[in-house]
Amino acid sequence: MSAKGAGVPAPPGYRIRQELMDAERLARALARIAREIVERPHHAEGLVLVGVRTRGVPLARRLALLVGDAGLPPPPVGALDITLYRDDLTTVAPQPVLRGTEIPVSIDGRTVVLVDDVLYTGRTVRAALDEIIDFGRPARVKLAVLVDRGHRELPIRADYAGQTITTTRDEIVQVLLSEEDRQDRVLLLEKEPARPRPAAGPRARPPARPAARRPKGKRGRRA
Amino acid sequence: MSAYPHRHLLGIERLEPDEITSILDTAQGLREILDRPIKKVPALRGKTVVNLFYEPSTRTRASFEVAEKVLSADSLSIAAAASSVQKGETLLDTAKNLEAMNPDMIVIRHSAAGAPHFLARHCRAAIVNAGDGAHEHPTQALLDALTLRQRKGRIEGLRVAIVGDVLHSRVARSNVWLLSKLGARPVLCAPPTLVPPGIEALAPVTHRIDEAVEGADAVMMLRIQRERMTGGYYPSDREYHVRFGLTEERVKRAKRDVLILHPGPMNRGVEIASEVADGPYSVILDQVTNGVAVRMAVLLLLLGGTGEPS
Repeated sequence: MSAKGAGVPAPPGYRIRQELMDAERLARALARIAREIVERPHHAEGLVLVGVRTRGVPLARRLALLVGDAGLPPPPVGALDITLYRDDLTTVAPQPVLRGTEIPVSIDGRTVVLVDDVLYTGRTVRAALDEIIDFGRPARVKLAVLVDRGHRELPIRADYAGQTITTTRDEIVQVLLSEEDRQDRVLLLEKEPARPRPAAGPRARPPARPAARRPKGKRGRRA
Repeated sequence: MSAYPHRHLLGIERLEPDEITSILDTAQGLREILDRPIKKVPALRGKTVVNLFYEPSTRTRASFEVAEKVLSADSLSIAAAASSVQKGETLLDTAKNLEAMNPDMIVIRHSAAGAPHFLARHCRAAIVNAGDGAHEHPTQALLDALTLRQRKGRIEGLRVAIVGDVLHSRVARSNVWLLSKLGARPVLCAPPTLVPPGIEALAPVTHRIDEAVEGADAVMMLRIQRERMTGGYYPSDREYHVRFGLTEERVKRAKRDVLILHPGPMNRGVEIASEVADGPYSVILDQVTNGVAVRMAVLLLLLGGTGEPS
């Protein structure tokens, strides 16, 4: 979980580099993903949204409401705890804390949209695919993420992405959602410099938000 | 902080309340897997578990085996009655030889109290106590607690009567420790001949079942352990049933939503009447299902992850 970031505030040793989304942009990104889902004709029959714990679940719930607003019957929402399917469970992962998987309907023959906050190495999605297959045989599985930050280690891509950005590996994309974190915000965190700089000069400036790091694109399916 | 910072599960006595709670939380999270169409997750692939049983067991052993299979661990079960133990091999030699096959965990049941602790001192593998003499049976106490928590929503404040052969019961000891640590109020009830000396320091003791059951949120019945009895602890099964058996009449003294638990195997008509065992308050079969979930949790916490803080 290291690179995906947890709650507020930023983990020790990291500071905010850039705000990728505020509440409004986050809402717009989700609305666009919902619209794109609705536009696919084969999704109309038997759509199931399955959020990957932790923050994929509230995102899936919001998407289900938005899909309902767009004219389709609101799809059922499930929650996937992929802990037991991690490829590093018995080697480097910390002791597992289980929050449980809940798939409320049979997924046989349905279109499952996996929902997660950040797409990074693709290993979480690999685990989620393996787990979902143990619940049945869906007609197809799609992937929706709020942020695609690159650095894939497996041949996996997002079908729907709220934002696609370029990052370095030692940065963290931190997604904050009101359901878990009391605010809607997506932040790019970077490592604190090793040594504090002398007190004079640029230290006094407000937290950096360099305009140079513009997100690369807004549409998904870019991987 | 790590959820369960120990290498072994030897007993309840030394555990902290939050460590017990995290085992129960993990078990609750795993419970759902048993209802899936494919009851298997890859969590412990490549891990080997030896089930070493020096005493007869149906439930506990089957339960550990199912838990191991569901989590994809490889397991082998050794029953002492059909092994080199019959040829005079010592516990240490058996363990050392098994360990030469590099298991990650040894689950042991033994008639001698302290046998799992002995193995923990001499083996590299994680050791799980599946019952040692009249000392402890930690996974049984955990599955009882999980069952209580599911049905009552809490453990704290529950009045729990533990009735029967307390003298020979590792289940009673583990349960008294666990329930006390989580803030419940256990009461022990047994004939004077079946009360171990000193137990009253852990929980109040009564010799009258009506008194123990009065106002209880749950009644845990203990099996009369004939195989461990060397003398006459009570005149006859019939008399035991009359004085200490849980009957429908006696259940009425408890709270209206009382839960009846029994670790099995039951002696119907001795410590428990059939109508009670099969009645509406009985959660005996829930206990069995929860037993698998609790053992999965113990396997996962001991073998999954590195024990590093999360």
